[in-house]
Amino acid sequence: MWGLAGLIIIFPLLGLLINLFIGNRLSRKWIGVIACGSVALSCLATIVFAVLFHFNYPAEGSIEANWYQWIVSGSFVVDFGFRIDWLSLVMALTVSFVGFLIHVYSVGYMWEDPGYRRYFIYLNLFMMMMLMLVMANNLGLLFVGWEGVGLCSYLLIGFWFEKHSASEAGKKAFIVNRIGDFGFLLGMLLIYREFGSLNFNVIEANMGEHVASQIILGIALLLFCGAAGKSAQFPLHVWLPDAMEGPTPVSALIHAATMVTAGVYMVSRMGFLYEQSPYALMIVTGIGLFTAFFAATMAVVNKDFKRVLAYSTISQLGYMFAACGAGAYVAAIFHLITHAFFKALLFMGSGSVMHALGGELNIEKMGGVKEKMKWTALTFVIASLAISGIIPFAGFWSKDAILAAVWHKYGPVIWIIGIVTAILTAFYIFRLVFEVFYSERRVEEKTWDHAHESPPAMIRPMMILALFSIIIGFVGLPFKRFNLIERALATVLPVAHGTEVSVANEIILMIIVLAGALFSIYLAFTFYMKKRNYLDTLLASFKKIHHVLINKYFVDEIYHKIIIAPLWYVSDKFLYKIIDVFMIDGSVDGIAHISRGTGKYLRKIQSGNTRSYAFAIVIGMLLIFIYYFWKIHKG
Amino acid sequence: MNQLGMFPLISLIIFLPLAGAILIAFIPSRFQMFHKQLAFVFSGISFISSLALMIFFNFNSPLLQFMERHEWIPQLGIFYHVGVDGISLLLVLLTTFLSLVAILASFNDITVHTRGYYASMLLLETGMIGVFVAADMILFYIFWEAMLIPMYFIIGIWGGPRRIYAAVKFFLYTLVGSLLMLVAIIVLYKINISQGGMPTFEISKFYNMNIDASVQVWLFLAFALAFAIKVPMFPFHTWLPDAHVEAPTAGSVLLAGVLLKMGTYGFIRFCIPIFPDACNKFALFFIILSIIGIIYGALMALVQTDIKRLVAYSSVSHLGLVMLGIFVFNIQGMEGAIIQMVNHGLSTGALFLIVGMLYQRRHTRMLDDYGGVAKAMPNFFPFFMIITLSSIGLPLLNGFIGEFLILVGAFTARSIYGVLAATGIILSAYYMLRMFKKVMFGPLDKKENASLPDIGNRELAILISVVALIILIGVYPQVFLRSMDASVENLLQIFLAKHSIMTP
Repeated sequence: MWGLAGLIIIFPLLGLLINLFIGNRLSRKWIGVIACGSVALSCLATIVFAVLFHFNYPAEGSIEANWYQWIVSGSFVVDFGFRIDWLSLVMALTVSFVGFLIHVYSVGYMWEDPGYRRYFIYLNLFMMMMLMLVMANNLGLLFVGWEGVGLCSYLLIGFWFEKHSASEAGKKAFIVNRIGDFGFLLGMLLIYREFGSLNFNVIEANMGEHVASQIILGIALLLFCGAAGKSAQFPLHVWLPDAMEGPTPVSALIHAATMVTAGVYMVSRMGFLYEQSPYALMIVTGIGLFTAFFAATMAVVNKDFKRVLAYSTISQLGYMFAACGAGAYVAAIFHLITHAFFKALLFMGSGSVMHALGGELNIEKMGGVKEKMKWTALTFVIASLAISGIIPFAGFWSKDAILAAVWHKYGPVIWIIGIVTAILTAFYIFRLVFEVFYSERRVEEKTWDHAHESPPAMIRPMMILALFSIIIGFVGLPFKRFNLIERALATVLPVAHGTEVSVANEIILMIIVLAGALFSIYLAFTFYMKKRNYLDTLLASFKKIHHVLINKYFVDEIYHKIIIAPLWYVSDKFLYKIIDVFMIDGSVDGIAHISRGTGKYLRKIQSGNTRSYAFAIVIGMLLIFIYYFWKIHKG
Repeated sequence: MNQLGMFPLISLIIFLPLAGAILIAFIPSRFQMFHKQLAFVFSGISFISSLALMIFFNFNSPLLQFMERHEWIPQLGIFYHVGVDGISLLLVLLTTFLSLVAILASFNDITVHTRGYYASMLLLETGMIGVFVAADMILFYIFWEAMLIPMYFIIGIWGGPRRIYAAVKFFLYTLVGSLLMLVAIIVLYKINISQGGMPTFEISKFYNMNIDASVQVWLFLAFALAFAIKVPMFPFHTWLPDAHVEAPTAGSVLLAGVLLKMGTYGFIRFCIPIFPDACNKFALFFIILSIIGIIYGALMALVQTDIKRLVAYSSVSHLGLVMLGIFVFNIQGMEGAIIQMVNHGLSTGALFLIVGMLYQRRHTRMLDDYGGVAKAMPNFFPFFMIITLSSIGLPLLNGFIGEFLILVGAFTARSIYGVLAATGIILSAYYMLRMFKKVMFGPLDKKENASLPDIGNRELAILISVVALIILIGVYPQVFLRSMDASVENLLQIFLAKHSIMTP
């Protein structure tokens, strides 16, 4: 029966095959119905299996269902097999549910696009790969999903491939991810060498065996390298802002809610291994928190609606890694889920505004949009409250869980980075809220006349997400009894023992976070609503910092200077032109020239008929051949 | 005697194309249509017959199957002796498949001297199959050399502007290597006799010989040079870009798809079991050359402006990976190498088909002349994409299976090999996607590109058949991996028994 869990990934596959093979004969409506319907079926199947799992709960906490042996060579075996436990179910549920809503939203958003069918084929392929990623019972199959979602990301970023920047951004995303995957792949190879398998259960069971701590550290860091690529952590974060070239629902689904969280999922899945290596944990938290802060600073100044959200995503993913490194895997997954809802909603809001304003992305040319888009504005504000961590919205509970864990494991100094980032988060997100929806209108008249609220296909999913952005946090209330998410995930993920923060302590931490967020919302309000002239003064006094931030710390430029340009220079100017053409090939031709020069009669033959030339060689060969035989036979 | 009684299945597969070639030679040159159709039919029957090999193949036996052995020059111990085992089975299938595809792909491509062309193609097919099924060294050598001639003509007559230069270069390079090989074969023969053996050229008989280690070195080097040129390993690779650039599409397909595999096949069939000590001694040397090839080939591919040159250099990189898999002497490396030979044949063969389709429409191979083709040729797009991804090694497509197994093997042998070889996966994504983007994406701003016709039915059939195999191997590689298990294990056992090696 559990093998049927594979249906969860099969439904989107069917959807894409139908649209691929007969979609050209279907109307837009039916293409949309098939695409959305297949994901809805996945979502239903996930719910069914969650219920079944609950009532047939196995003692060991997980069920394995192998379909077949995918790769077998000697003792190296990779199964095409799924794992059903609370982690995979929770992930699959989040992915398929948010995915379904974004599919519905896309019907409205992409309705006019000539690439409508192609879009939904890609989107279904993405769902299939993402679900495979979370359902896999071994790293090998996880890697299939991992690369698969990367492919879809590539295709969808470059969806409008005629735009140079779009296809360039897609390529960049793929290559930067490949750099991370290089680490992931080596991590897998090292795991196979040390543990003899890629299956999660087997690795965990063999964990106790004496594997040197440096090896564990090596594995942990190599895998994290992959996670940093996929989840856009410093220094591999550069692809995500550019990924905003894709259609906005794609940004919502792939570059906010699901794919980019794959790294967090993978690290949590391998949490039992990370727990063995304190150094690895420290590095994970270090990179995570640094990225969270680093990205937030860029979000504060960027003028592009979607890019602000992209930096915000990088920053929130940093939080999740910080939680992983603090051993709070449950908090990481919890934040992953709440983030999926509110960040998807934020992106949908941005898409809705773009849709209304003819594709405008510069927030300086917006303002006052609320007048025409009541529902978009309302849902956007709800999502903003959620990401800012205002009680009782979803983000409050999950962010609080992370910050408490960081405080407990690494102490107040590290925790402060988290708090500062939280304050920046509330600031930049409400900067968007005010700049776009509430401040004085700066939209051009012509555009404004055409502005309108988005169609129901777009607004309804946003309402549902808004509802969840309010309530989903309640599954993880910080009191043991009510913490459903922890009770479920603790069966899979390692949970730190003896780390209970006292209630008083917890409440104080909460209040600090909350106060910080409220204060920075007030600041944003002042700067962007009341006293816009403050902003200019501020800019003037921090010109240099602003310059660095708006140029994204020049990371792209640095990479170009120290990696890409030298690579090209050496390959082209030195390796190709000097070594290959001049030295290797030149010497071959040189030998030919010398031998050609030795006798003029040779040249005659060579410049003559190709057939006779070849014939001569064959005859010559045969003569040599016969001569040797004759000799051997005699002697 | 074989599993089909006395039915000479392999001979049928080998000589059907030859029969076709002879028949075509008698059809007057004005009946162009007949040349094509006959070539297609004979090659097609040969392909279908080769499928029977797969069906009746006994997966549990490491020995030669479907064996045929007839006296030829008995005084010298030369036999007409053919058969397939798990190592050659897939390569034979690859050859018959790609030959059929290549012939089909030539229909509109070749308009002059069709008689000679299709006869050459069929002769080439006979030669290639013969190389993989020969169980006798002399027979092997004859096929090896025989195959050179039609290929030489295909490049030299139906090739591009610098075809003569490229053809001669190809010919001389290969010839230099193979003449040394011939000498080595004869020396081997003499050693066998001097050790009191019956005069024989049967390849497997040499597996049980004890050859003095210092003699092994020389013999090994003679064989290895011939094979390394064919592969081609760095630094013997410069004939390849020239040959590819000048060869017609079908020539490139078979050159990359099949001919290069003869080098790697030779290493597996001859060098490892016959010269284990020398192999072991030179393993590190060959591993280093392989790794240089992987990275160097990729960097070369990165900076090319000509699509065919780019793909040619990518072959140097991919074949470096295959050689690495062979020389780490473990089962994952070896099986990965064999499956990767097939994969490379399919993906790179298909890439050349793709380039051919583009060239036929646009008459240029320069990357900069393209751009936005995805818009002009929407049906062409998914096939090109899948083939590109297969070459990059995306999971669930064929390339990944081979690359992954080779990396497992290399990493198990010594982790640094795995690390260095894996850089290839980054670089391959870089150069392939660069190419793909330059051709397919971007604005359709050149008016020559705007009117490119999309692919027709014949091209569609070709691409679908290749892509179906690419996906089949990627999703269910066991069909293919299982067929080689017994033979590869046996081979490694022969190697290890004669030489208790330490991993290099």
